[in-house]
Parts: sequence; C-alpha cells; structure tokens
Amino acid sequence: MTRARLDPKSTAGADMPIERHVSLAVVGAGPAGLAAAIAAAKADVEVLLVDENPVAQALMGLDVPLHFGQRMNPAVQNKARMVERIVEASPGLAEAFELGIDVELGVYAWGAFVKGPSLRGIAKPVLGLADEERSWLVSFDRLILATGARDLGLGFPGWEKPGVMGAQAALSLLQRYRAFDGRRLVILGSGALGLKTAAAALEQGLELAGIVEVAHDLLGPDALRAPLSAAGVPFFGGHAAKQVLGKTEVEGVVLVGVDEAGTPIAGSEREIACDTVVSAIGAVPTVELMDVLGCGLAFDPTRGGHVPVLDADGCTSVPCVQAVGDCAGVFDRKIADAEIAIAEGRQAGAFAARALGAEPSASELSMVPAPSFDACGHWQRWLRAELAVGGLDVQVCRCEEVTRRELLELRPPRYLNWGASQLPSRDVPALAKDGPINADQVKRLTRAGMGTCQGRRCREQIQMLLAMSTGVPPEQVPLASYRAPVRPLPLAALWPQDETQATRDNWDVWFGIPAQWTAYWEMGAISPAVPGTIESGTDSGK
Amino acid sequence: MTGITGASVVIVGGGVTGLSAGWWLARSGVDVLVVDKGIVGWEASGRNGGGCTHAYSPFFMEEQKLWPQMDELLGYPTEYQRHRIRVTLDEAQFAHHRRIERLATRQGFKCDRLTPAEVLELVPLAGDNVYGGFFLDFGGHANPQRTSQAYAWALQDHGGKILQHATVSGIVVRNGKAAEVLTDRGTFGCDALVIAAGPQTGMLAAMVGADLPLAPARAEMIVTEPLPLMKHGGVDGNGLYGRQTLRGNLAYGGGPHEWLDWAELAAPPRPTTPLLRHLARRLAELFPKAAHVRVIRSWAGIVENTPDGRPVIDRLAEPGNVVLATMSSVGFGLSPASGRAIMELVRHGRCLFADLTPLSLARFKGLPADWRERQGWLPPDAALAGD
Repeated sequence: MTRARLDPKSTAGADMPIERHVSLAVVGAGPAGLAAAIAAAKADVEVLLVDENPVAQALMGLDVPLHFGQRMNPAVQNKARMVERIVEASPGLAEAFELGIDVELGVYAWGAFVKGPSLRGIAKPVLGLADEERSWLVSFDRLILATGARDLGLGFPGWEKPGVMGAQAALSLLQRYRAFDGRRLVILGSGALGLKTAAAALEQGLELAGIVEVAHDLLGPDALRAPLSAAGVPFFGGHAAKQVLGKTEVEGVVLVGVDEAGTPIAGSEREIACDTVVSAIGAVPTVELMDVLGCGLAFDPTRGGHVPVLDADGCTSVPCVQAVGDCAGVFDRKIADAEIAIAEGRQAGAFAARALGAEPSASELSMVPAPSFDACGHWQRWLRAELAVGGLDVQVCRCEEVTRRELLELRPPRYLNWGASQLPSRDVPALAKDGPINADQVKRLTRAGMGTCQGRRCREQIQMLLAMSTGVPPEQVPLASYRAPVRPLPLAALWPQDETQATRDNWDVWFGIPAQWTAYWEMGAISPAVPGTIESGTDSGK
Repeated sequence: MTGITGASVVIVGGGVTGLSAGWWLARSGVDVLVVDKGIVGWEASGRNGGGCTHAYSPFFMEEQKLWPQMDELLGYPTEYQRHRIRVTLDEAQFAHHRRIERLATRQGFKCDRLTPAEVLELVPLAGDNVYGGFFLDFGGHANPQRTSQAYAWALQDHGGKILQHATVSGIVVRNGKAAEVLTDRGTFGCDALVIAAGPQTGMLAAMVGADLPLAPARAEMIVTEPLPLMKHGGVDGNGLYGRQTLRGNLAYGGGPHEWLDWAELAAPPRPTTPLLRHLARRLAELFPKAAHVRVIRSWAGIVENTPDGRPVIDRLAEPGNVVLATMSSVGFGLSPASGRAIMELVRHGRCLFADLTPLSLARFKGLPADWRERQGWLPPDAALAGD
C-alpha cells in the first residue's frame, strides 16, 4: 500500500490553537456549579469555573440568554459593578476564590467539542470561551455543565412589548444584578418559579399586582406561599392573559377567566395596571451545550422537557461530561429548595475528582423523590387557554415575527411577497402526511426559531403547536437543534487571534481539488495515481 | 404499509439532484417515486452556500437558462437572485478569480472588473482593504432549504410520490434490470432506477454491481444575525463562499473539511467545530463594516467527492435501466440542469442538451484501490496513523 499522505486542505494534522488545559471545567456558577467546583477543588483538583454573568447589555437587549424584556436598568452597563454585585449575591464565590479556583465571570461558553463520529479532528475535548472582545479554546479532562434553566415563552397578544419578560430573567435581575427596572408586576404562573419571583420582588419593595394561574388553585409549595399571603398579593385562579396594554411598553394587562378547557368566560375580563408582566409558566433546562456535544437527551415532562440522559453517576452519554442543577432537569421542588441543586453539585464535583484520580471526602447521597407533576402538560393547558383567548394571529417567533397562523400554515416569510396559489394547501398537517413533523424542517420554511435568539423564546411553544396541529404528543416532535455558538457573538470577538500561519496557508474556499474547477472542455486525462490533480491551477468556481 | 407498490421510475435519494430529476420526470408525465432515508433536502442539499454560478460545468448554460424561471416552473419560492460579485483583498486573490472571467467570456457571458471604489459602491459592507473585484452579469444564488422543499412539493403537484424515512437495504436485479428496491418500509417495483443519494450513492451502486468511487467529508458554514440588505446579496471572496440571504443574514462557508469513514455516515448529528472562529475572521475581513455583527449559528453538511472532484452522471450498461448520479460536492446550483439531464438519460438514453462524456463512470476504470490514501483523503486520526 502507498503510504498515506495528508490532505493539507483537510483537518487532518491541522492545528487547533488551545490557550490552556484544565483538569476540570465547570460551566455555570449557580448553586450547583459552585458546589461542584468547590467539592472538586477541595480534593486538590485544578478547576476552571466560568459563568456568563455579567452578560453584556447588548446581549440582554437581544433577550439572550434569558427573556429580559428590556427590564434591566442602566446599571448593567457597568461590568465591574455588576461583577461586584454578583460576587455579593453569591457567597459561594468567595469560598471558590479562597480555594484557588480560577473563576472567570462574564465569560460565555459558546461551544464544547469532543472527539466522536465525523469529528475525529478534535484531539482533546475543548470548551469554546469568549467575552465581547475575544474568543479562545480551553481543553479539559472533564466538564461539568451547570447551565441552569431558561424561560418558557408562551405568546399572548402584546407579549412582544418591552416589559413582558421571563421569570428566570426577572430573578436574575432582581437577585444577581440588583438592576431590575420595573415597579409593579403581574406574574403569570403560580408554581414555585412564580412564587419565588414574587417573593424576590416583594423583598426589593416592589409592588405585586397579582399572580395569575390557568388552573383554579395556586400550585406552588406551601413554604413559598406565606410571604405572599402576608403581603396580600391578589391571586387570579382560572385566568389567562388576554392582552397587554400600553403603547410602547407594558402599562397593564387584561386578564380573562377561563374554564377547565381553557375557554374564555364571557364578561370576566379585568384590567390590571402594571409595568411588567413576568411569565413564570415554565422553566426549561438549558441543554444547548449538551446538544452541541452530542449528549443524549430525552423528553421528561416532569423535569421541564428535554433533559440529558444521565447514568447513576450523573454522567451524560459523553462520558467525560456531567450535568447538574436545573440543566439536568428542573421541577418545583428543586426551584424552591436550592439545597437540592447544591447536593447534586457536591456529588458531581466529588465524582469528577475521583475520576481524575483525586480522593474527595465522601459526600452525603441526597435522596430527592422523583417529581411527578406533569409540568409540560400544564404548559399545554396554558397554551390551549392562550390560543382560545388570543387566537392564531399572535407572534410565536419574536425575532422573525412569525405568528402562530403563519407557522401552522407554513407560510414563507412575508418579505418574499409570495402569492402563488399552490401554497395554501401546504400547511403543517399536510406536511405531516409526508412524515413525522420536524421543528427544524418547519423552521427552514417559516423561519420560526431562526432568529438571533435561536428559539430561546419560542422553541417549546412551536413544539407544542406542531404537536397539537398534527395530533401527536409534544415528545414526538424532535427537539429543534442547537448549534455553536450557543451565544450570539460578534465576528470580531470570534476572530481567532491565535490562528496559525498553516491555517492561513492551507485555507481553501472548498476542497482544493484542482480537477474540480477545470472547465470540462479543458479536462485532459486524469492522473491514475492521484486523480484529483491535473495540470491546471485551482479556482473557486462555486 | 405505505400503500405504494412501486413506480415507473424509482429514485433513491431525496436531495436536490434526486428531487429535481423526479420533478422533471413527473412533469413530463412519468410515474415517479422518490425514496429517502430521512427528510427531503435534509443533508447537504439544504446546508450549502446556495450558489448558482458554475462556469466550468457542462451544465453551465442550462443552469443559467433555468434558474431565472425556477420560481415559476416550480410554483414555490426559491429566493433566486441574479448576479454575483467576487471581492478580492489582494493581488493573488484577484489573479485567482480571473479564471471565472475567462470561462464566462468564452461562453458568451459578461464579467466586469471592478476597481476598489466600484466595489465599495456596490458592496456597502466592504472596507478599505479591497484590492478589486468582479461583477458577474450572470449566475446568482438561491435559498437551498426553500428550493429543496419546492422541488418536493412541485413533484407531488405533478403526481409524483415521495416516501421519507425509508432506508434502502437491497436492490433486486432480474433479467439484467433493476426490478425492485427493498426498504424497511416495503418493496417497490420499478422499470427504471435512479440512484442520486449523495455520499450513499456508491454504497447503493454496489447493490447493482457498479463500482462508483466516492469519499465522504464534512464541511461547515456560519450565519450571522440579519443586516440591512445590500443591493446584491451574492457577494463572496476571501476564501469564502456564500451569500447575504433575503432576510439579511450573512451565510458563509469555506476552509478545511474533514474526511470521514463510511461507518460514520450513519451517525445522525452533523457536528460543527471551533472552525467557526476562522470563518468569522474571514467574513470580518471580507466585510469589515460587519465586524460587529453577531454569529448566531453554525452548521455542517456531509458531501461526497469522486476521485477527481467532478460529477458522475451515467446510465449503466448493466443493469441497463439504472442511472447513477453524484454531483461530487457541488450539486445545489446545478440541480435544475442535472435533474433534467437525468430525466433525459432515463427517458431517451442520452442527455439532449449537454455532452455527458466528461461525467462518465468509465473514467475511473483502473483506479487503484488505495486512491483515497494516495490523495490523503482520510479521517484525521487514520491519516496521522499512517503517517
């Protein structure tokens, strides 16, 4: 056999500039990530802990990574001050610094890559990091993802107005940044997330105009109810949001009573003045990096939908990657009691330390009863009510301004001005006759979920609408895929300052096969030994 | 279980090439069935740069003739836009692109050289680093995803059938003809068979005893958030191919590819890599005024190449009712023409509008078995192990 040579235009033998190597990388410095990092560091493991907070104001303005709804005040522009506040708000960070953990705040983890099928050019597992100025790669032996949860977005008329936001975003601005810009709130959703947000708002002296719940009764755990009843917060059970009021921003919300089936009750409308509507209907595990890594995910309606498949040790299907905290599955009890996430973190940190050859002190195995509440079923109940109340002409994808009707009718984007007659018969149910409905396929046709936030405000609503309109349960609609960069980053920041000369020299627009771009009338005989080479220069004819 | 028992022509592969062939056949009244292992247009057909400008190809004239009519012919939007602009940042890039000028001029198309000032006027995102450019008064670009679906729908509108999520496991040859296609969703009889299944075309060709040498590889692209529309979206150069979409996003690819093993094709994910940083750099160099724009996504596609990187479109001598088609990693833009050529091969035994001799399978007769090793077309670890 002829000795193999390297194709210089391929990734074989190409350099991937790595800034540094760490034994353990932890993404997310919330309770779970911090506990994991601390547990590993106590066993003398070298730990890098990154957290994207404080997030740049520009990103917050795009509602990434959470649905901030323009309710951050100008203080978020001051990064140094925000770092101080985050450190104050999170006592575990001080301990992490003392233990010598390399804590990097305001750093985005935009991708993570391990060697696998059709990705064999990755020698060591790497984490892609960036701030608003530059990007770099860190290789690691083990990775713990503690990326938390984001907000479920369910549309109602006017929800695109500034002042409508998600509960995770509200909690972040209230507690982590202390930079919340609203004064009088209405909260949709009475589970632990809604009650926790309400309590945080009351603590900061804000006014709560009401908690709204599509079910008849308040859902959240007793422990979280006391401060609310003490403050006399009004509760609107059996209600849905009918309309956001206000010209340019939220000035109020119209609620309407709904029956068990979600049908609005005539004459039950009531108007409530507020400057912020917080959607606390659902928390969704942030599985973006897991999807990029190729970790197995499964749909669990009691844990917030798509969650990583974990083994007994908390490892994902990519063995060097673990997941802890809300990103591993979020449910009311976990939201109400941070100790659960902390215990998960401790165990994960200890496991990672052992896997790296260290000897961590034994951690207590915490036993949390498996959640049983069908949270995703409850989201569907909300959606049925909002559909009955608001109808189809409500935006589902905010970035691309796609309405529910345009989604379900599979309409091409409005800017194409397409008026041909065949299209009306090409709707979602018709597409489903050709095969199981797929959110990515629908995205390509309607652009729903294709915008700057990459479906972080619409993914679950789209999934539920596609399921409802084709008569299948939501779990049969595959998760719309996540791809790096999982945070939208400027070209100038991604620009690799560490790019090698070899990468520049070998760069080709396509495969660099000389014969590929030679005019057919100029094609001579191909070389039997190396068929792609002929006596001609290359050209990018693409 | 599908209610389908077969068709006059069965096409294996629901990418743009197979769909276009099926559409051409269906609109000429032929009973056609397209079978795909997944969703139509799901692989490289929906993941490419959308370019429709291939002046070196025997299909070039037909490509240029058909694209402006495709919206109307298909009845669904393709987002086709005419014209291309090539921006060059140094003398070497400029010299390199002079080939397109020569190829086009020879075939009767106009290609104007642009001064830096003219580039800046036509391409508002370009910067002071421009060396020069070319304005192609031909060619263009379209939306690959929308076009793939348009072929599929148009094919159905003409009475053709599509069966998705059906994997071919065998082909029955009887009396010197491909007679039946076996899949996990049933067996389908056929009078003629077209195999146009991208990287899988070689493996399927082997089922009828044909040896079609191919190597699969993964290539990557990035896309930014939308920007105000430039007058011409079909601007590329600086080692990138791509376009500004009609929504305003910059969608560009280029740079190193990764050769794959056959076994890896089965893995569903199409992973991307930190290559997106290097793509971002070249895009920021090409469009300095867009350096602040955010990259929102990257994606990868798997494409196949023949040993010389050129298509194979050929009707086999044995079994005589089988047409093989691989566009060797450059299939989207040429698809209106390649589909027509396949239709004519099936119906008339030859292509009526172009000479397909340069695309015949016979050119690989006597190819050494280790041709991939000889060209270094191996996955990274295999290539390094053999080093």
